[in-house]
Amino acid sequence: MYRLLLCWRYLRTRYIALASIVSVMLGVATMIVVNAVMSGFANEMQSRIHGILSDVVLESVNFDGFPDAAWHMDRIRQAAGDSIQGMTPTVVVPAMLYFRVGDNKITRQVELIGIDEKTQADVSDFARYLQHPQNRLPGGLSFELRQAGYDVIDHQPNSGAKPRKEMALAGWKHRIRMAELEEFRMKLFKPSGGLKSTLPGGAAQQAGAEAVKDPFAAVPPAAVLPQSETFDAKKQQHSGLIMGIALASFRTPDGTDNFRVLPGDDVKLTVPRAGLGAGALTGPAVIEDDFTIVDFYESKMSEYDSCFVFVPIHQLQRLRGTIDPTNGVGLVNSIQIKLKPGADGAAVRDKLRAAFQPGLYAVSTWRDKQGALLQAVNMETAILNVLLFMIIAVAGFGILAIFLMIVVEKTKDIGVLKSLGASGTGIMGIFLGYGLSLGVAGSGVGMVMGLLFVRYINQVADILSWVTGQRVFDPSIYYFYRIPTVVYPKTIAWIVLGALAIAVLASILPAIRAARLHPVEALRYE
Amino acid sequence: MSEKVSLTDPIAKASSGLRGPHVAIHRRPAGQPTAGPIVRHDPAGESPAATAVQLEGRNLAKAYRKGNVEIPVLRGTNICVRRGEFLAIVGQSGSGKSTLLHLLGTLDAPDRGAVIFKGQRIDNLPLRRRDAFRNQSLGMIFQFYHLLPELTTLENVLAPLMIGQSIWTYLHKRGQYKARALQLLELVGLGHRLKHKPRELSGGEMQRAAIARALVTGPELLLADEPTGNLDRDNGREILEILGSLNRREKLTIVMVTHDQAIAARADRTVRLANGQVEAA
Repeated sequence: MYRLLLCWRYLRTRYIALASIVSVMLGVATMIVVNAVMSGFANEMQSRIHGILSDVVLESVNFDGFPDAAWHMDRIRQAAGDSIQGMTPTVVVPAMLYFRVGDNKITRQVELIGIDEKTQADVSDFARYLQHPQNRLPGGLSFELRQAGYDVIDHQPNSGAKPRKEMALAGWKHRIRMAELEEFRMKLFKPSGGLKSTLPGGAAQQAGAEAVKDPFAAVPPAAVLPQSETFDAKKQQHSGLIMGIALASFRTPDGTDNFRVLPGDDVKLTVPRAGLGAGALTGPAVIEDDFTIVDFYESKMSEYDSCFVFVPIHQLQRLRGTIDPTNGVGLVNSIQIKLKPGADGAAVRDKLRAAFQPGLYAVSTWRDKQGALLQAVNMETAILNVLLFMIIAVAGFGILAIFLMIVVEKTKDIGVLKSLGASGTGIMGIFLGYGLSLGVAGSGVGMVMGLLFVRYINQVADILSWVTGQRVFDPSIYYFYRIPTVVYPKTIAWIVLGALAIAVLASILPAIRAARLHPVEALRYE
Repeated sequence: MSEKVSLTDPIAKASSGLRGPHVAIHRRPAGQPTAGPIVRHDPAGESPAATAVQLEGRNLAKAYRKGNVEIPVLRGTNICVRRGEFLAIVGQSGSGKSTLLHLLGTLDAPDRGAVIFKGQRIDNLPLRRRDAFRNQSLGMIFQFYHLLPELTTLENVLAPLMIGQSIWTYLHKRGQYKARALQLLELVGLGHRLKHKPRELSGGEMQRAAIARALVTGPELLLADEPTGNLDRDNGREILEILGSLNRREKLTIVMVTHDQAIAARADRTVRLANGQVEAA
């Protein structure tokens, strides 16, 4: 009882000890904030990556891919049918994107993904990231250019992005306007020439020459090229294409997106064809074709937004010459698999690895695909935690020093308590309890401070930006408009417990010293 | 005597049986609820044989080391305190009076010799038993009062009970304990200063609070180390009156150390400590 009472009285009368817990408090608050922000980022990233990638993907080792996706999907269903919710075949190839802005020619190296409009939405959140509301509806995905109605205000929650005024123009209206402008330009510079492009002819020729060697290319690729003498850009569109938003725009530091191209503009893709020369020593030939942007894809993962380009799978198969003319089945090189909620991705992966020959197929989960990135974030969090915990450890030494002083100051009182029959362990208990209460006070206040900071972190960032005149959180770098935070109660419990442990550990030495004080020495009055 | 109170539970009788005439020195209001006897005598010690000697120091030797030099303070001191006696130990400064008192109170261990309390050797008891002995069977007062500055007068008086009892027992019997502390504070004339911190009290008041604290667990033996050494004459006399009254009416055994012959004269018996030996004064 006297322990509690004295603890309490010491707490209320020794303000210097309260000063020593300020560092505990700051340490705890900082750790909570850092952990919340780091897990916010990790969480946001994971959910985005997971939204973009399917749960499990079966890929062909062969660049050309494998025929008959339906047969493969049946086999997948046989191997792990009970945990599979949906599947879609895709073709993924590297490609070169080329477009013109005024007189500037811009090329981008992209990952070209041929998707099946009907089943793509079954395996990932692909549709959720599109900019036209109708494309986002279930089953509403279309590679036809919309009349208008693209999002001016970002539909994704908590983005806080500035309105994209240019998007209001996007659609057929923009296409017609651009075509008229082009017509006018042509007239201006080539009064005798028409609107004929020299490119398609060249492409067709090349494709034709290729067809002789390539058995898969029996359907002449030229047939898929809608470009012809009669192509009217004001009324017709090329094959549709969905482009990562960062390929089409750049973001200024104030968070405004500036678009170079809009849905309705035409771009050109250069794609490697399937099938190698007979000697297998020549690389794949390339073929190019025109596409019309019909929508933008914005996952807010800049890595994906700046390299993904989606086209209809049959269009890509035809372009690459991978459709079997006898039965119309095209080659695909990966199958995306969506699992039922709660299914174990790693288990399904292992089952599929057993079912498909490892030399020909690679099976991986989305975590495997992004393992390095997720690992890096976890690593960063761990290192930061270690460093910040050092702050609390330093605070522990502060407590140690102040406690030793208090023990010296209280020498006489300790002697009195012993003469009244208090045991050494009892005296020790006073100081351990004192340390614990300081720890509780410090980590408690620190916890509240940290949680408040996390709660209002964006406001704090705004104020800091305003005071320092520098952006604390630059959305043009992170592609998040607001700082994402996640608070895990378990993490907070660990931090608080750690701080308490340090406070108690730091008070052990002074407490032992107090307990060992000889009552006569302590009482000696001179 | 019909008391059946054991040392280990000094307050057991607190609510039952009001005992004998209470010492009333300073304005004890009539009808104030009493919390039991001031001093509880162990019924086992009531037999004539045991009453003879309450505390005995046999051949006590103690030396202090300063570096390599050993300074002997006590050299085979023998002292015998009879039950209910008021014994004064006089001696010059540095004669080892306080050291002797510390040895008798088990605050320090003798180099040689033994301390015997009611026929039982106590100087070599395990630490825990010695702590319990000091808490239950012994009261101590000091020249500089040694009240805890963070606690109020009442809390200071309650401190030995808080120390001696587990937290549950203490909380359970808090009412009784508080009543006893109030009774003692009334007895020493401090009933009106319960909530004051020691620094708000005068020297005399602090020493009275210290006496109340020493008596709160109902010990039979009080060790007083220069209790009036820091007080003016009037206050010193009052303290001595309290001690004398406790000795006479409550049969409290008191061992008082002092350097002042005049103060020692208030005691039943005086011994002199010189050259590490006790001699009758």
